[in-house]
Amino acid sequence: MSTWAARLENPVSARLRDPSTTGYAGIFLGAFAAFLCIPPIQARSVMWAIFVGIVAVVFGIWTVTRGRARLGWGAVASGIIGIGLGVLATRSSVGNLNAVFDASLVAQTFAFTTPLVFAAIGGLFSERSGVVNIGLEGMMLMGAFWGVYGADKGGSWIVGLLVGAGVGGVLALVYAYFAIHLRADQIVGGTAVNFLALGITGYFFFQFYNGNYIPSGVSTIPNVNIPGLKHSHFFGPAIGHLNIMIWASLALVIVSYIVVFKTPIGLRIRACGEHPRAADTVGINVYAVRYGCVVLSGILAALGGVYLSDGFTSGGATFGDNMTNGRGFIALAALIFGNWRPAGAFGAALLFGFSTAVALRLQVYSASAATLFNVLPYALTLVAVAGVIGRTVPPAADGKPYKKQ
Amino acid sequence: MSQAENVPPEPPEEAAIERNTIAVSIALKQRAGGIIVPAITVVIAFLMSGIVVLATGHNPLIAYRDIFNGAGLNWIFHPTTDLTSTAAYNLTQTLLQTTTLILTGLAVAFAFRCGMFNIGGQGQYFAGIIVANWLGVEFSSMNPFLHVLLCIVAATLAGAFFAGIAGFLKATVGAHEVITTIMLNWIAIYLASWLFGDGGPLQNSADKTVPISNDIADSAKLPDFWGQQILQGLHIGIFIALAALVVYWAILNRTTLGYEVRAVGFNPESAAYGGINVKKNLIRAMAISGAFAGLAGAMDMLGYLYHYAQSDIAFSSVGFLGIAVALLGRNTAVGVGLSALLFGALLFGTTHGLTSSVIKPELAGNLTYIIQGLIVLFIGADLLILAVWNSRRKLRRPGHPKVTTSEAAA
Repeated sequence: MSTWAARLENPVSARLRDPSTTGYAGIFLGAFAAFLCIPPIQARSVMWAIFVGIVAVVFGIWTVTRGRARLGWGAVASGIIGIGLGVLATRSSVGNLNAVFDASLVAQTFAFTTPLVFAAIGGLFSERSGVVNIGLEGMMLMGAFWGVYGADKGGSWIVGLLVGAGVGGVLALVYAYFAIHLRADQIVGGTAVNFLALGITGYFFFQFYNGNYIPSGVSTIPNVNIPGLKHSHFFGPAIGHLNIMIWASLALVIVSYIVVFKTPIGLRIRACGEHPRAADTVGINVYAVRYGCVVLSGILAALGGVYLSDGFTSGGATFGDNMTNGRGFIALAALIFGNWRPAGAFGAALLFGFSTAVALRLQVYSASAATLFNVLPYALTLVAVAGVIGRTVPPAADGKPYKKQ
Repeated sequence: MSQAENVPPEPPEEAAIERNTIAVSIALKQRAGGIIVPAITVVIAFLMSGIVVLATGHNPLIAYRDIFNGAGLNWIFHPTTDLTSTAAYNLTQTLLQTTTLILTGLAVAFAFRCGMFNIGGQGQYFAGIIVANWLGVEFSSMNPFLHVLLCIVAATLAGAFFAGIAGFLKATVGAHEVITTIMLNWIAIYLASWLFGDGGPLQNSADKTVPISNDIADSAKLPDFWGQQILQGLHIGIFIALAALVVYWAILNRTTLGYEVRAVGFNPESAAYGGINVKKNLIRAMAISGAFAGLAGAMDMLGYLYHYAQSDIAFSSVGFLGIAVALLGRNTAVGVGLSALLFGALLFGTTHGLTSSVIKPELAGNLTYIIQGLIVLFIGADLLILAVWNSRRKLRRPGHPKVTTSEAAA
């Protein structure tokens, strides 16, 4: 008896018996079941995936019976989806698998993720301070056009970044004035920003470039070539030549986490988003904090846009009407999916970027399946806001105009 | 001037105290501004867009005149039914757009009256387009009247179902309808791309290299009453849209359902206290909203498009324009009708209808988005407009008593 009692008190054992541990392990195993069947491991027998998947399902059921129903069912779903993907992968040819899952998938995932990260972190600052920003899409689009315009006329990608960020900030300032000072409905205002950006960029794209294309030779945002990784088969193509903005986005996630959760400024921002009246009472200038956060969100979203037009494609700078094509909304989805936290938003953006990159590569199987695969991020977000996988909780005063007394 | 317009608007300070729901603020705006705020908003939007046009080296006055003519609005100076007249032809095309915009505008307006913001009009419109095309291509040997009826009803239900998802999520788990309808929009966009695209189930059967749907059967086409089908004449859908305006008004103002919907929109808590089932009304209002948008998709598909290409999807913006139509029309039937005409005229007059020596359709087409953006921006900020208007009235009539007839009655 004494040994049993001692074992129960052992913190490691107690942690292992915690249902949330098995729940998360189940989710992880479900993903691992699918991972087994794709390169580099690429098991050709489906039994491996089925075995690991069943373990995940068992873990899930155990978690459900221990009272963490939501997490448990998540693990069960993860196990079943893992088995399904494993079956699909083992049935398809090795050549196709290698075409979809190679090292450059990592690089491409990061490339698709980066614009989302910039916009999502921008949205995080805005919404943490209590201003809903569905104008991210428009601010990103403005950054994309004016960034490439700046790089063209200014002769340097640095000018492009500055001009793009500046224009994004100005548009955000206009939005902030309407949302904060005039207390306009923030959803309506954000919608207006998106329309405005669509019209302004389209108008000036035709005015300056005849609506055709950006001239070749415009300075683009450079890549970071890591010399030590040149000869590695995997790391070379995966992370050896990533764009500066990709590394910057990773740094941004860390910095924004520290700023929002570990500094007095972050505390003020969150106070304005949770309870502006209380923040005002203790001497925080709610309007100033909100203005700052909204303008910052515009600058960050616009930087994501500049990357999209001036660094995303290897062939040189490019722009097209409505080029962001809903990325601002995906960023918003990533923010919600990530529960208004930097790491969560980054993880969701990574998931969405990965699914976009995979969708592009699924063309080797079938063009129509690849198109349909694009539904995934939106369907996942719908599931997330529906509270099926853990409830997302926005800041309490998000979207509510504040009136000084 | 009518009695209502003589009532001075409420001071902005009071108008902003209780703005818990969108519907409350909308109701306040309705009492406060009447037709003044929309009118000023439109003028400001056109002025500011004119400045953009001027700054880029085009003459705004001539540009606006050409857009006016491009929309066929000059038809009223010399009315004729002869479609060889450019003005008459342009007017039919403007009215085609107006038909769609009335319905997508109602889709946004109805949800507004229940305190919800339906951004998903575009997705619900696609749901209607998809179902109308699918059923229009199938059953080609059906009785024309029944075929049209089947397509319209099914497309309307598809829109209702699609919006109903958002309503259901709002009612059951409290998911914000703005987020869910945005996500549903993109799901509809990619579903439509898949269905009409290469290898998709609704791709045409003749040429599998072209991502475009089959033409619907002749029995599913709505009859044209002005012009010919081959020249994209005006179909009878405009009367259906006008009827929808009446239905919208009647539902809201003459039925129990409308009363409950408005009560929930004005204040969900007191509606629940009064014995109204709030959840049921949220789902119902959203579904009716989607029904209008689905009907819009059916009208377009059966009325003049007949088929849909994958590339059309990205260029369609009628669902989003519906937001501006509803906001500018203040969610009233008459207002939605009028602002649908304005945006329909802008939509056609700045693009296909435009022949101008000073501004190209590519520029003017984007001008529509700018005007639309400015209108939505300023309608949302009625405080600004009202403040300007108030100060003007105060200057004219100092010492006007604050207590007004509407406040005394309330």
